[in-house]
Amino acid sequence: MTMGRVVANVVSTEKHPHYRGYKILVVQPVDPEGKPKGRSMLALDGVQAGIGDLVLVVDEGGSARVVLGDESAMTVRTAICGIVDRVDIEIEDSASGGRDRAP
Amino acid sequence: MRLGRVIGRVVCTQKMESFEGLPLLLVQPLDENRREAGSALVAFDTVRAGEGDLVFFEMGKEAAQAIPKGWFNPADAAIIGIVDGVSGT
Repeated sequence: MTMGRVVANVVSTEKHPHYRGYKILVVQPVDPEGKPKGRSMLALDGVQAGIGDLVLVVDEGGSARVVLGDESAMTVRTAICGIVDRVDIEIEDSASGGRDRAP
Repeated sequence: MRLGRVIGRVVCTQKMESFEGLPLLLVQPLDENRREAGSALVAFDTVRAGEGDLVFFEMGKEAAQAIPKGWFNPADAAIIGIVDGVSGT
């Protein structure tokens, strides 16, 4: 899974039938500190995410279909499967040489 | 899925039987601000997109499933929808 920030909403009328009824969002992948990293991607929303949300994206067809609850949508590959509340990360403390917990 | 712009058409006479009658389009991947993001690629069209259209496309084995003929086709990119607008950027 990839962690990313929802940055835009895509509106499309003419689309493959497997994609009808879903919100299509642009997600910018971020690193653990929240900085943008890599190219943005489009994902179908399975958790009522919105612009500005930090989300989890699954980029694998079988899992994406489970998230959306539609096993027959064979062309679907990428879906948002969670909204991130918080990330607890362990950072290296170079001064003490040890590892501390950071918020 | 990625955003892209249709920049051309690819014509192929000698091709897999399952590809007969399906348009092959040249797509330039874009980011949400419509800046170029990566190299152009060839994708099958499933939504009658035309040159200049902003589209979104699927890659990988799922793209093969988007082509209506047969249960599996040797394709790894397919245009899935035409974009009316991108909001929030």
